[in-house]
Parts: sequence; C-alpha cells; structure tokens
Amino acid sequence: MNWSDLLSLTAGELIAPTTAAYALAAIGLNIHFGFTGLLNMGQAGFMLVGAYGFAATAQAGQGFPLSALVGVGCSVVFALILGIPTLKLRGDYLAIVTISAAEIVRLIGRSSVLSDITNGAAGIPASRFNKDFLGLSVLPDGRTALGPFAYANNVGDGWWTRIVAWAAVLLAVLLVWRLMSSPWGRVLKGIREDEDAVRSLGKSVYGYKMQALVLGGAMAGFAGVLFVMPASVQPDAMGRSMTFFIWTILLLGGAATLWGPVIGSMIFFVALMFIKTVMRDVLPSVLRPEQLEPLAGILVGITLMLLVIFRPQGIFGDKKELMLDVR
Amino acid sequence: MSAELSSPAPLAKTAAQALAGVAPEPGVAKPDPIIVADDVVRRFGGMTAVDVRHLEVQRGAITALIGPNGAGKTTLFNLLTGFDKPNSGTWEFDGRRLNGVSAGRVARAGMVRTFQLTKALSRLTVLQNMQLGATKQPGEGFFTSLVKPLWAAREREITAQAEELLIRFKLDAKSEDFAGSLSGGQRKLLEMARALMAKPELVMLDEPMAGVNPALTQSLLGHIQTVRDEGTTVLFVEHDMQMVRRIADWVVVMAEGKIVAEGPPSAVMENPAVVDAYLGAHHDTDLGDESVMAEGVLEQLEAEEATE
Repeated sequence: MNWSDLLSLTAGELIAPTTAAYALAAIGLNIHFGFTGLLNMGQAGFMLVGAYGFAATAQAGQGFPLSALVGVGCSVVFALILGIPTLKLRGDYLAIVTISAAEIVRLIGRSSVLSDITNGAAGIPASRFNKDFLGLSVLPDGRTALGPFAYANNVGDGWWTRIVAWAAVLLAVLLVWRLMSSPWGRVLKGIREDEDAVRSLGKSVYGYKMQALVLGGAMAGFAGVLFVMPASVQPDAMGRSMTFFIWTILLLGGAATLWGPVIGSMIFFVALMFIKTVMRDVLPSVLRPEQLEPLAGILVGITLMLLVIFRPQGIFGDKKELMLDVR
Repeated sequence: MSAELSSPAPLAKTAAQALAGVAPEPGVAKPDPIIVADDVVRRFGGMTAVDVRHLEVQRGAITALIGPNGAGKTTLFNLLTGFDKPNSGTWEFDGRRLNGVSAGRVARAGMVRTFQLTKALSRLTVLQNMQLGATKQPGEGFFTSLVKPLWAAREREITAQAEELLIRFKLDAKSEDFAGSLSGGQRKLLEMARALMAKPELVMLDEPMAGVNPALTQSLLGHIQTVRDEGTTVLFVEHDMQMVRRIADWVVVMAEGKIVAEGPPSAVMENPAVVDAYLGAHHDTDLGDESVMAEGVLEQLEAEEATE
C-alpha cells in the first residue's frame, strides 16, 4: 500500500468542501437538537431544497448572491411549512414529519414531474450552475499546493470553493456562539429542558421553536449549496443516509457544543476515507469494490450506536451534564 | 422593600381584616378580587373534572385551595393559567379577560405559576434558571440578541435581582451549579424564586410543600408569607391542613370539581361540607399525613396527563 497516497487522500478530507458542507448542516442540526431539543430527522431535505432552489436560479442565469439567497430562502419556507403544524405538538411529530418531508422532496426531485428544473434522477451537473460562483473568485487561475493539499484554484472542487465553504462554517460558529451566550439562547436551552416551565415564565415557546427551526434550516440550505458546488445536485446523494451522517457527526463532536459539529465532521470524513481506502487495498480478494461502500455505511451505523451507548456526550460534551436526570 | 419586610404583621392583618366581613360560603364576592371566574367547566370524557360556578380570589391575600384527591384543584390551576382549555367558562385577572389566552401571555399578564412536579431546568445553572424568569429582556429577541450592548445593561439588572432572591432563598451558594443537581426541596425553592423574578401580581403555587422535608417546609412557609407581605397575591394548592391553617388568609375547598366551601381557615375546618368531602374519600386517613396524600395526588396528575 502506498502510505503517502493514503495520507494525502485522508488529509484532503479535512478541508474538503463536502466536510465543510456537512459541518455547516451539523451546526444547523445542533441549533435544532443540541440547543432547542427539536428532533429534526430530515436535515438532508433542508439541504436538498436549498440546493434545488440555488441551482434552479443559477441555471436561469442569475448571479451567485441571488441564487444562494433563493436557495436559503427555499429552506426557510420549507422550515416554516414543516414547523407551523408540528411545533405545537410533542417532539416526536416533528421527527416523523421531517423525515417524510425530506423523502418527499427527494422523490419529487428524482421523478420526471419537474425534470425541466431538476433533471430527474440524473441530477443537475455543477457546470450548469457554478460558473458565476467560480467567476467571483479572487484567486488567479492555476493550481496551488499547500503541503499535502494540491488543488486547482477555480474549479468546482478547488480552492475557491474550499475557502468560501470554510468561511461560511466559521461565520456560522461565530453566530451560534453569539446567540447561545445571549438571553435568546438561554430561552432555547430552557425549552430543551422543559417547554412548560418556560411557558409558565411568559415566553412564547412556539415562536422560539420556530425561530430555531428556521435558523438551523437556513444553515442547512446554504450547506446544500456548498455541497453541490463540486459535483452536482443529485437527489439520491442527499437522502436519509445523509441525514444520519449529519446526526453521527453531531453526536461524535458533541451536541450543544460550539465546535463539536465542525471537529466531528472532520474526524468523520477523515476516518471514513481512511477506512474505505484501507479496505479497498486489503479486501479486494473478499469483497468487490461496489460492496465496499455499503460496508463503510455499516461501520458508520455501528459507530453511531457505540457513540450513543458509550460516549453520548461526544468528544466535546460534558458527561456531567448528561448524567443529570432530566425530569 | 426593607420597610415592608420589617413590618409583616400589620400587612398580614390587613389581608385578614379585608376578608373579615366576608361570609364563609361558596362563591362569595370579595371586596377586592384579583381573579373572578364564572362557570368554568372542564370534562375529560364523561368525567367532569372542574365545574366552578363562581370564584373570586382576594388581592393581597394568601388563598389556599384544598380538597381531596381528584377534586380538580390542579386542573383548575391549569385552566386559569392557560395550560389547559375549558369546555366553557370565563375568567378575569385584574379586570382583564384571560380565558382562551395562551399560557405564555397569561404569565406575561402577571400570573405566574409553579408545578406540582417541579420543573427545574436541569441543564441550566441555578442562576440561568433565575435569569430566565425575568421579563422585559430585549436580548430574548432574535435580532437584538446579536448586539450585546442592547441587552447587557438589562442583563446586569436581572442578574442582581436574581442574586438577591437567591440569597433570600438560601440558594446563593448553588448559583453556578446545574439545577439538576439540586435536591427536591431546593428545586421547589428555586421554582418559587424563579416565579418571583417576573415580579408577578399573583403567584400560583401547586403543592409547594409536597415532598419537602419539615425543616424546609418552615422556610417555605416563611417565604410565602414574605411574598404576600410584599404585595403579591398568593394562591396555592395544599393537602396539609396544618400548613394551611398556619399561613392561609382564606381557604377554598373543592370536591369532585365543585367548590363546596369557603372561609377563613378556622371556620372552614369545621364546615360539615368539608368534613364530608374528606371523610367520604379517606374515612380512615389522617388528613395531616402528607405522604399518603402526596402519592395519591401524583397518580391523579398522571391520570390527568394521560387523558390529555
């Protein structure tokens, strides 16, 4: 096995646009689940809606800022539609509605109904919508190598996308820090602990839950925009497994922590790439290449289970906090 | 405040005096009512949990709501505070219609409640619990929360107020601990202190003494009287007749959803309707036996929750 290849492949995952997109989506989910206690089981749906909104607008020849805004706006509307009927009910209902709504979006996207916009199951290739984004680049054309990271500057999977994606992640972390150390964040955490108690103190719980759902959904919408930039809007790449990857990332890093989702995403993708690469090298006699991907998925599932059982607080979480009895 | 604190006796007297001329009968009108409720009915399936014709609660007094298990006390609390919706009925708080108003708005109107099963916000610190109780914090708005100068000043006021209350309730040493690490009695204290952060007109305490050890009961009783002496009206549900006799200015007795008697504590205990209500349900139970009553109430509440 070529160790330097292995290292550069796995190191590349550290700063990959996909890692950033997942980190941003996990930050959004952290606002939902970690801080407000909302069980959103359809974060990938928010991303897909955002990606479609963005791609459709960009395809029509609008600039990147407007397209991205439309993408995020679509996710906001999606959050409102899901939140209005369910946020007055118990938490489980939101979980059911979000997971089904995410599936509905994916299935509509891959069907032929809206194929003018979505291009059906084949998806929209990035070349149709990322020209304007790459045109905004301040980098000169060409390639840049920084240590193990060598990428072209101005292609979908290049430096410009990485810079914008990680800048967005940092901005989101900053926003979460500001919000969660403010009285607004305190109300959210109160709702997570006990809705009725917060209600009895005169807060409009429904309004706060809606704000949290919309904010986290908007972040997922922009994460969707970042996610499709290097490749394509592929509905089947943004389904349930994506939602569960985001959950794994959040729980790995630690829910209700500031950096948990970011570090969780980095560790997750580095580990996943490492496992896949090693398996590809070691197991070809036993498994065919197309069987490796599901095996990696199985390992993710097992990791998620082990995490919840043995380290529910994640890497950054405080075990003491979780030991408290909730009632 | 210190002036009021130093002279609780005269104030206590005024509350009792104001009620002195009131006839001890169900649904009687009070000289200065803060709550006026009419024809409040709540049914769970075929069972009528609450059927209150008329109820007035005197401003500035401590009113106790007592009655055997399943009498509908907690349900009436839930209705008045907007946590449950009645089948029919109207009520006013401070001259303002409050039926059909959401729980959050009821609290903002100045009527703050606590819960029988204490709702401490476990993974918030004691101080954060208190701060959450405060009102008029602009930083609780999404956009204003982003700009710290807009809310930092109010936050300092709130923190000072919270620390003062925590000292009064002897929780100041715990202020940085998670509320989940407090004992049951301390949680009761915290919940009461938190309710006072909003400076409410009326606090409604649902069994403040349940599950609290005798030593802490003493200080809880003292706190309730102090709250009254500072001008806040208190309405509380309680089972322990001794406690009720010690601090209540007025007692309202419920049985099977209806108000069966009202009056000053000493008179109410001898009322035949009250004796019937209690003896019918617990003919061989000591009314002062708190543990028996508290357990039964827990089951009742669970049953109520299950029907919702």
